[in-house]
Amino acid sequence: MSTETQAVEVEVKEREPLFSKKNRKLISNPLDADNPITVQVLGVCSALAVTVKLIPTLYMCISVLFVMIFSNVAISLLRNVIPGRIRIIVQLLVVASLVAVVDQVLQAFAYDVSKQLSVFVGLIITNCIIMGRLEAFALANKPGPAFLDGLGNGLGYAVILIPVAFFRELFGSGSLFGFNVLGENYPGNGVMMSPVGACIVLGLLIWFQRSRNGYTEEA
Amino acid sequence: MSKLNKNSSGYIFGFALLVILVCGVLLSVVSGALAEKQYEERELERKKFILKAALGDQLAEVEKSEIAEMYEQRVKESVVNSKGETVEGVAANAVKLKNEYKKLAKNGSLKEGESINLPVYMVMNSDASEVEFYVVPTYGFGLWDNIWGYVALQKDLNTINGVVLDHKGETPGLGARITEEKVQNRYRSGKTIFEGDKLVSVTMKKGEGNDYSSDPHAVDGMSGATLTADGVNNMMSSYMNLYLSFINAKKS
Repeated sequence: MSTETQAVEVEVKEREPLFSKKNRKLISNPLDADNPITVQVLGVCSALAVTVKLIPTLYMCISVLFVMIFSNVAISLLRNVIPGRIRIIVQLLVVASLVAVVDQVLQAFAYDVSKQLSVFVGLIITNCIIMGRLEAFALANKPGPAFLDGLGNGLGYAVILIPVAFFRELFGSGSLFGFNVLGENYPGNGVMMSPVGACIVLGLLIWFQRSRNGYTEEA
Repeated sequence: MSKLNKNSSGYIFGFALLVILVCGVLLSVVSGALAEKQYEERELERKKFILKAALGDQLAEVEKSEIAEMYEQRVKESVVNSKGETVEGVAANAVKLKNEYKKLAKNGSLKEGESINLPVYMVMNSDASEVEFYVVPTYGFGLWDNIWGYVALQKDLNTINGVVLDHKGETPGLGARITEEKVQNRYRSGKTIFEGDKLVSVTMKKGEGNDYSSDPHAVDGMSGATLTADGVNNMMSSYMNLYLSFINAKKS
């Protein structure tokens, strides 16, 4: 599992400022060199499923960011009292509760979007990025760095999903944020509307990122 | 913490109970606080669907905030049973379509000995002097899960003016296309549910891109989603039969 390589404990010394160089890396790394989707290849299922249109994608990214940050902080606060034998189920419970809260809030304040996202809000519970960060980081670090790690990985998720949704909505339905930009005569592209289109766009993004960073798979 | 044995069963049970308690309280507080707002949103959607089935494109120009007011002005609600008699003392929005649907047998007809509450929404013309459309809710089963919708009949109670369809879990890009206006508009070209005196309903055919403009009882299908279309057809014919007594009573 690629997550295991991320399980490097950040040594937080006494009185280390929250935005020390090391801690700033917690945010910047997941955005590019250690991106949860394109490098660690986690959370791909929702990246393929909810990126047909930009607006639902934005809501999804905000939801994941919220769950990511608060579950990371909560588990980090509990890290010394969680019994090791039930730690996964406790993580799951915390994540599931947060997701249920997000789902309820969406149903109350963004009913149309919550219908479009439908089951995928609930499926944030099984998003591997979140469980991965809880296991690899929150369980071993203080709440401050855990907060930054959650923020970084949540943004790392958004930074991939939003471009994918941008291209899928543009070429799939000829619009952006629901506004038509390619003209009324644009026939639409069925491949881009289906998850296959997301797979292609995501693949191109990974290609672009790896060639720019000079990343190679270890033999 | 050092004195507690974190691996003892007692500690584990205690910890689990505590976490469950905290999460449970959090969730019930959130759900309680938002229940009213969620109910309002669902009501607004119901009103929007009813008006949209009847008025179609006209509704596109209506702001979301005006829908409730428009509904108030133009829609009269009533509830009938399968014999066409008005059911007194039941509000149309209190009828739980999902529960009523359970009273139907596999073939879509009412189970022996059951009575079903069927809401009817009468959309009045713009000066509210006479009924312009009858909108009736329908409920059924698609490929994966429940589907539902509203059918607006013109005042002859034969011509379909429009439909609105929705679903719980149909496949995105295939069966879920029943929520698209492009698909729903196929019911907007003067399709009729009666052939003479006989109720035949309207059927969504298999295959896509065919012209059914000469057939008043058929609409073009959805490629790759024939089973969802079958669900829509069963739902339509089942509910039109349930409303048949009401329709006949109104017609005569």
